[in-house]
Amino acid sequence: MIAAIVVLTAMGLLLGWGLGYASRIFHVDSDPLVEEVTAMMPGTQCGQCGYAGCTPAAEAVVHGEAPVTLCPPGGKPLAVALADKLGVEVNLDGMSDVPLYAKIDRELCTGCMRCSKVCPTDAIVGANKQIHAVIRSACTGCEACDNACPEDCIDMQPDPMTLDTWNWPKPNVA
Amino acid sequence: MWFSAFRGGVHPDGFKELSSQLPIKTLPLPKELRVSLRQHAGSEAIPVVKAGERVLKGQLIGRPGEGLSAAVHAPTSGIVTAVEEVLAAHPSGIHSKAVVIEVDGKDEAIPTVATLDPFTMDRAELAQRVSEAGIVGMGGAAFPAAVKLSAATRSKDGIETLMINGGECEPYLTADDRLMRERADQIILGARLIQYIINAGRIAIAIEDNKGEAIEAMRAAAKPYSDIEVVVVPTRYPMGSAKQMIQAVTGKEVPAGGRSSDVGVLMHNVATAYAIAQCLTRGEPLISRIVTISGGAVKRPQNVEALIGTPISHLVEQCGGTSDTPDRIILGGPMMGVIMPSTDVPLNKGSAGVLALNKREVAAPAASPCIRCARCVDACPMGLVPLEMANHARAQDFDGANDYGLKDCILCGSCAYVCPSHIPLVHYFQYAKGEQSAQKATAKRSDYTRELSDAKRERKEKEAAAKAAAKAAKRKPKPAKKAVAEEEDE
Repeated sequence: MIAAIVVLTAMGLLLGWGLGYASRIFHVDSDPLVEEVTAMMPGTQCGQCGYAGCTPAAEAVVHGEAPVTLCPPGGKPLAVALADKLGVEVNLDGMSDVPLYAKIDRELCTGCMRCSKVCPTDAIVGANKQIHAVIRSACTGCEACDNACPEDCIDMQPDPMTLDTWNWPKPNVA
Repeated sequence: MWFSAFRGGVHPDGFKELSSQLPIKTLPLPKELRVSLRQHAGSEAIPVVKAGERVLKGQLIGRPGEGLSAAVHAPTSGIVTAVEEVLAAHPSGIHSKAVVIEVDGKDEAIPTVATLDPFTMDRAELAQRVSEAGIVGMGGAAFPAAVKLSAATRSKDGIETLMINGGECEPYLTADDRLMRERADQIILGARLIQYIINAGRIAIAIEDNKGEAIEAMRAAAKPYSDIEVVVVPTRYPMGSAKQMIQAVTGKEVPAGGRSSDVGVLMHNVATAYAIAQCLTRGEPLISRIVTISGGAVKRPQNVEALIGTPISHLVEQCGGTSDTPDRIILGGPMMGVIMPSTDVPLNKGSAGVLALNKREVAAPAASPCIRCARCVDACPMGLVPLEMANHARAQDFDGANDYGLKDCILCGSCAYVCPSHIPLVHYFQYAKGEQSAQKATAKRSDYTRELSDAKRERKEKEAAAKAAAKAAKRKPKPAKKAVAEEEDE
């Protein structure tokens, strides 16, 4: 009885100390801010920013290695939101107003399905040996399909301006 | 009730005498009509006719699109030559879808259904007819009228006052003025029909005091009805704006972000009331409207009754053409109207005026820096701070602009009118409002794509797990069929 208490107590203390020591030795710095910023990113891991995915991009933004305007699919709203979050100034002038979307040339498409497999948002519909088509509203313009297409039949194009998407430009005065 | 008129406002020169003295002229049929499928607030109508088809006057050519939308009808008989993108009546110069009709001159109408006395009919049925007739607010906003009617019938506290807007506070425009002078009975009939549909207690017809003859005519037409009152309101821009007019007539202020129905009022323009009367008593859809053709460059300014879809160049030609090259073509009034890229655009249901202004009328000095005189603050009928709103908009601080009341701005242009520095204040507000809605749309879109990509990742993981399970199962003598099929797929 006494032996058991002593042994278990000793084990508890020893293992507890071991865990505590290990957590110090093998401590991984994970910035809560990085996690928050990652959650704000589009999450498609498209790599257009030049980083391997949204988490590395978020780290770069948080550490000031990349501008808040790095993410093309996120566009202006993301840039503004990131600037707000990180308390930095943002210059939106260089950002493209017109996001690009994938368009499949139906003359060239052979229906190989490669593009639809790599599309992170399932924006490409089509069956084997049938022409594929892009669902505009789901496309983030990540160009993954463009890189995967063996026929080079995918083009990145801006959405045609319509009465619904047109906005007044900024007044051009001093 | 003058004491309770709204704050701010401006008194621009009227120039109404240019066109107010001549009667409404009916035009000969144009050769071609381009009936836009997007001439109302909301989504584009869906065409139901094809090129080569013959259409009759009053025939449905576009059914309402998804959500908020309105039907579109053929204004006269002819052959549909195309359903294509044409230059839209829009400042951007964007093309939008329209039904192009080659007019055959016969003006053959579809047989109209004999209507019962509408006052004995079911209210919802009447509202449905207004919807089918494609009637929209004709004062400018072009909001589908039937949507307002059914919203009013559903409103919790009911509608106490139906207000008929005869304000017409924009300079140059006299279309409503002439309509009230010449067709007062039909307007009153329309107002009574709306009152019947929404079960409103009373009708108040508000007219600015610079339209003496219209007031007389409307009073005479309203005489038999004890619950109709013609209210004379002072002439001050923007009296024709719903919130300002409600305040001037009832003394009640529509709360920020609220609607007229919050203070028990439903408002319709006189021309909309007229169109509703035409629809419910004669079965006619909205295919024509009264429009003021005016401006210093027009030879014989006048009001005309024009078919929807008529190219505005035809309208101007029918008024003697232009004396000198117009410096600017405006659809609507000079305060809130929009500059047209050319006269090649078609007339829409919501366009009350076509103005061809000469050089002298559009003299626009270059903008200089704000001197913080706060004249715009005094002029703002909504009690906002235009100079701060513009400053924040310029710095792209749209939240800051919202804090100063951008969301309540009605874009009336009173601030820009009085600005001694000629700062294009309204342009800044248009820009800020547009940017904000674009940002909202993009944010919504990226939420959607994130959901999609999360779903795909989850699915891939499940597939990988299934594959692993299949591999494990393979070692056993009888593998599950489905798992094998999946593996072959890969």
